[in-house]
Amino acid sequence: MTGKSAFCNTLPGPETISRTRLSNGLTALIRPNPDSLSVVVTGYLLAGALYEPDEKLGLAHYTSLALMRGTRTRDFKKIYAGLENIGASLSFGASIHTMSFSGRALVEDLPFLLQLLSEVLKTPTFPQEHVEKLRSQFLTGLAIRAQDTSEMASLVFDRMLYANHPYGRPEDGYTETIKTITAQDLIDFHASHYGPTGGVVVMVGPIDPKQGMDLIAKHLGDWHNPLQPGEPFLPELKPISGIQREHTAIPEKAQMDLVMGTLGPSRLSQDYYPASLGNNILGQFGMMGRIGESVREKSGLAYYAYSNMSAGVGPGSWEFVAGVNPTSLERAIQLINSEIKRFTTKPVSREELSDVKANMVGRLPLAFESNGGVASALINLERYQLGLDYYQHYEDLVNSITRDEILSVAQKYLHAERMIISTAGTLE
Amino acid sequence: MPGDITTAQLSNGLKIRLKEIHTAPIISSWMWYGVGSRNELPGKTGLSHWVEHMQFKGTPTYPGGKLDKLISREGGSWNAFTFLDWTTYFETLPKNKITLAFKLEADRMVNSRYELCEVESERTVIISEREGSENEPLFKLGETVQKAAYKTHPYRNEVIGEKSDLTTIQRDDLYNHYFSYYTPANALLAVAGDFNSTELLEVIREQFDKLLSHQTPASPVKKEALPEHETRLSISGPGETTYIQIAYRAPSGNDKDFMPFTVIDSLMTGPTGLNMFGGGSISNKSSRLYRALVDKELAIGVGGGIQATIDPFLYVITITVNPRHKAETVLAALDNEVHDLLEQPVSQKEVERAIKQARALFAYGSESITNQAFWLGYSEMFADYNWFTTYLDRLSTMTPKDSLAVCQKYLVDSARVVGFYIPAIAGGGAE
Repeated sequence: MTGKSAFCNTLPGPETISRTRLSNGLTALIRPNPDSLSVVVTGYLLAGALYEPDEKLGLAHYTSLALMRGTRTRDFKKIYAGLENIGASLSFGASIHTMSFSGRALVEDLPFLLQLLSEVLKTPTFPQEHVEKLRSQFLTGLAIRAQDTSEMASLVFDRMLYANHPYGRPEDGYTETIKTITAQDLIDFHASHYGPTGGVVVMVGPIDPKQGMDLIAKHLGDWHNPLQPGEPFLPELKPISGIQREHTAIPEKAQMDLVMGTLGPSRLSQDYYPASLGNNILGQFGMMGRIGESVREKSGLAYYAYSNMSAGVGPGSWEFVAGVNPTSLERAIQLINSEIKRFTTKPVSREELSDVKANMVGRLPLAFESNGGVASALINLERYQLGLDYYQHYEDLVNSITRDEILSVAQKYLHAERMIISTAGTLE
Repeated sequence: MPGDITTAQLSNGLKIRLKEIHTAPIISSWMWYGVGSRNELPGKTGLSHWVEHMQFKGTPTYPGGKLDKLISREGGSWNAFTFLDWTTYFETLPKNKITLAFKLEADRMVNSRYELCEVESERTVIISEREGSENEPLFKLGETVQKAAYKTHPYRNEVIGEKSDLTTIQRDDLYNHYFSYYTPANALLAVAGDFNSTELLEVIREQFDKLLSHQTPASPVKKEALPEHETRLSISGPGETTYIQIAYRAPSGNDKDFMPFTVIDSLMTGPTGLNMFGGGSISNKSSRLYRALVDKELAIGVGGGIQATIDPFLYVITITVNPRHKAETVLAALDNEVHDLLEQPVSQKEVERAIKQARALFAYGSESITNQAFWLGYSEMFADYNWFTTYLDRLSTMTPKDSLAVCQKYLVDSARVVGFYIPAIAGGGAE
């Protein structure tokens, strides 16, 4: 490839992103979009599931979803009537490392959205009545999860891959742990983990960056929590030995879900980029790459069959996923294994590499067409410390990856004889 | 709100809608065909959706893999959808690559191969797609309720088709369906993005003017009167969770009652988003049914929605029952709310709230060029683009009296289907 794509100048970069670290440790990023009528406010705090004890699994998730159930100045009804009357939304969730929030509103309602965000983050009251209502909802959610072949195959895969590691625990907990969580647990978790240090707020919309920064500082700049812990130490993971296989029986399911795979690179690793391009060739490009071609297109075994890398700040995973009729399961596993062997034995072709490079660079403008897309990109910049000019250099980064580098990471991470294989559904 | 558009029609009947949006260097092109499960006969359900799959299998000029690669190489996003009334294919590409989309669509409108081996391979893929859906209790319940809601109208069928039909449909059935409906006179090309309309129209002409058109088959659809009696049905299956679906006959998209009905929808279960891409939705925790069912702990969740269709489709309310209660108790609480709507006009404040919600949802959806191009074509499948441009204005003229009249016409017990999914092991809940 020669020269840069014509769209480089329209990509987010230091000229269009305003970034400020407030004195309380909260980082704010703003990118104006004058063409839009609405604004997105999103971000995270370092208050994820890593911080919860084994006997209270689901606590971080529970806490994040209970924030909107009442604050010192507004009750549940007032919070949601205020939001929904103006067509705005504000939602929360928790993953392994962080709790996250995401809101959107017409730009005229931005002050309200930020005021509400500030209240629910800083002064939630976790009313007992609502803690119990949420518990019923979570328990039903877990009962539904237990019937979901895709979710169960994935849950068991994570548990086996990350054995004795916090990454192996489900963020939404188990029935037994959700039953033990009390309103006081939520109050305590919030008090000791929610705070601005290490947190990020991103705003995208038709806003002046200075006014946006002033609003963020006004609502979240005075927030302090001296109890906030740093990011916890993650234990070392043991490499996988041999084939480890587990089936979760769920009766009366027409389709079975398969998740197989192994450990993958962290988002912060130098291996990430060659692995990411390689994964695109292996199980994503076009109609799901080589795996889609083999399992779906040529053999007609599955509606979906693809590979996926999950890469965050800790050890990632490299997964191969398919939904198949139980009678086709072993054949699908064989076909996936064949593709893994091919991928780890021979370099990808020049044409394949050229295709995925063009794809990964060419799709950037599409990723940035909405405020939500830009906001997600800004979150990634900050979370992985990629630098404000990352997207402007992205094309060079992608184009620098070679076939040998892809083969080398493939051989480092993927071994068909050392795999976790998790299936869920009804065996014939 | 959407602005000016360019409209044109080629001599072969192909309709064209263009909308310039210069906010990002991309263009989204949507090719719409007026064919969906509405055009299918008993014994051949699922043809339209299967044809959609076959359209990715290639032509002599663009064999399957090549087609896919050409779009993906440019960083493009592409896919297709089959619905009750229509089938649509889209490509969103960097602006200097959009001619590729027109070339592909012009080619596969007439030159798809439908090779026997590809038909057979896709048969198992589609059955696998259906089996994935069958894993979900709500798919099973929805399919049963939908079937009971009509006696003969094809809206009674799931778009993916009956499993028995998917095992017996043959290559010639598919090819004939394709040949019958994929013709310029039955198609509309909607394009939005960073272009000059005059120039783009010429590019489009170059690709599509040469295609010959023919007549499409007469519609097999006969109007179906409202049911005279309520239908109740129950299915059981694995799991611990009880679900209820209540399906009322709703007005068609172009009916004057559709707008007041959107107010009722917003009020009862929260507004239905009109955005297919990037629009998101808003929560419904201040809606009447959430307050009556979930807040009172009779249900774990409630949702509902209407869709703009050619013929009257369904307003479906779905309830996830709290395991501490019996489904009948939850249904009685819903009936109380419906009864209130039939007796009391909604307030002016509630109408204004529905308008503000719609305005916000439009603003969110407008950010995506792909979504704007979707709107441009979608509205033409049951009305015309004015339907969208005047949406908020029409909503603004709604009065509490209009809403009351619509409730009294549509939310009647005799015209509804109530379906229960009862878990086989739990016995339907305690009390």
